[in-house]
Amino acid sequence: MTRPASTGVRRPPRRHLPLQVFLGFVVVYFLVPFWWVVVNASKDSVGLFGGGNTLWFADSVDYLGNLYQLFTFDGGIYGRWILNSAVYALAGGVGATTLAVLAGYGFARYRFGGRRFAFALVLGALMVPATALVIPTFVMFAGLGLTNTMWAVILPSLLNPFGVYLMHVYARDAIPTEILDAARADGAGELRVFLQVALPLMRPAVVTVLLLSAVACWNNYFLPLAMLSDNRLFPVTVGLGLWQGIASANNAGTTPLWSLIILGALVSVIPLVIAFFTLQRHWRGGLALGGLR
Amino acid sequence: MTLLMEKDAPQVGERTRAARGRVRLREHLLGWLFVGPFALVFLAFLIAPLAYAAYLSLFQRKLIGGTSFVLFDNYLKAFTDPSFLSGTWFVIRFSLVAIPLQIGIALALALILDAVTSMFARFARLMIFLPYAIPTVIGAIMWGFLYSKSFGPLADVFGLFGATAPDLLSSNNIFYGLVNIVTWQWVGYYMIILYAALQGIDPSLYEAARIDGAGRWQIAFRIKIPLISPAILLILVFSLIGTLQFFNEPQILRPLAAGAIGPDFTPNMYAYQQAFGLANINYGSAISFALGGVVFVGVYAFLFFTRKRRSFL
Repeated sequence: MTRPASTGVRRPPRRHLPLQVFLGFVVVYFLVPFWWVVVNASKDSVGLFGGGNTLWFADSVDYLGNLYQLFTFDGGIYGRWILNSAVYALAGGVGATTLAVLAGYGFARYRFGGRRFAFALVLGALMVPATALVIPTFVMFAGLGLTNTMWAVILPSLLNPFGVYLMHVYARDAIPTEILDAARADGAGELRVFLQVALPLMRPAVVTVLLLSAVACWNNYFLPLAMLSDNRLFPVTVGLGLWQGIASANNAGTTPLWSLIILGALVSVIPLVIAFFTLQRHWRGGLALGGLR
Repeated sequence: MTLLMEKDAPQVGERTRAARGRVRLREHLLGWLFVGPFALVFLAFLIAPLAYAAYLSLFQRKLIGGTSFVLFDNYLKAFTDPSFLSGTWFVIRFSLVAIPLQIGIALALALILDAVTSMFARFARLMIFLPYAIPTVIGAIMWGFLYSKSFGPLADVFGLFGATAPDLLSSNNIFYGLVNIVTWQWVGYYMIILYAALQGIDPSLYEAARIDGAGRWQIAFRIKIPLISPAILLILVFSLIGTLQFFNEPQILRPLAAGAIGPDFTPNMYAYQQAFGLANINYGSAISFALGGVVFVGVYAFLFFTRKRRSFL
């Protein structure tokens, strides 16, 4: 339990049994879909449609066999989708975060002409439906020959006004002006002040923005769905959506594609779940930022 | 410009003023150097597409006669188009139900987690947050399985109580099926934000309230909730913006819920169908612009009624 350090002494845990029992039920609700996927990813078509218990394992538990099928189906297209998603999340996440950190610091720490107006525009952009941008961006990219390339997904992802807003708030509140001035008085240039003094202080916010932008790219569906037609460029969200459409259209429903979709869904969430758990310490403080204004 | 003019007119104190001018100019340059890269992306991928969409939406393309300028005809068409209107009405109704539900649950959970500090509470916090790490598309696929008659557990679970399971993919129930999915997906995220805000409150306030005789409930309702109201407002605004643009979940469930979800189920789906399904880019642009207008009006109306505009925007 990490109360802010200012509270001083660690208190004994407060256990409130009825509330804990209630929390138990809540946790079950939130875990049921995961449980269903974990259980059913072990089944083959027979186990899936055999009418057994849908919340428990069938007689044959065959994760490895299903994994082999998943990664070899259609020439290993699934592995490509995961890789594409990783590329989009990494490139979009790192790019958007870099721009947001620079801009947030600039807005917070320099009194330049047009600052208020520009920042008002950024805040206004928070309200623009991201999807309203996709159709015209598609037409523009079509004119430039960029549609159906990875750039079509990465470039628009670099825009993250919310990240700029978060970085602005953090850069304004978490960096004492005296430290910057002291560094300047010691003869450090502005770039060095930013890189060696300000940036380390902004780290919690940087990790948060990085994680949020990477997740947003990994989860993106509308943009790649509109931009890409070559299924070898799909991220895993669009790919699984495609499979699901095919499997549902195959009305009778017993196509082997279903077990691939279930396992595919499971595999695709593992990287993000790991990222969130391992980086927990870093992003939790950062998330409070937006709310505390 | 004023800086240069000052330099041209020498007078007493010229040196200090020129020096200050250089500092100011330097500050302008540095500020724009830091903001510049983002500003470029902002212009290229926000301002330019918006302007272009606005431009596109003023034209109509016909099979005979080609593309012609029609001014606001597309908008007149959109705001009298039953597909757009029913979709808009759906997302408004959906927002009115789903958002208070999600935020109510998230607030209750955040207050509980702020009050109960045990190993299990920490575990619960992570597990409730977990769905946020799941792409909405995957979340919708998972729930689609759970709702499915052929391999979902609903029939078994309701069978235990001798009841028949509701078909959450039928046109009567799809509303609730979708409410459940978005609740599952977003409550954890909202909860974490509210929880973080609660943790930021100075605990000495609680001590003071307790000395004044306030109980748990009074502390929660009179101190905690008012103090985190900016965070609540922020979440409300973002969930409103997101919900009005509803697309991923209904689009994914469409093949499963044949008949319940049409291609014009939400305005965004309709715009997508027009632009990419029917290659009617002009009308698609008009619809997404009209939707943008609805979002704008919705958010401003909301901020106006809560009279908290200044705390956020």
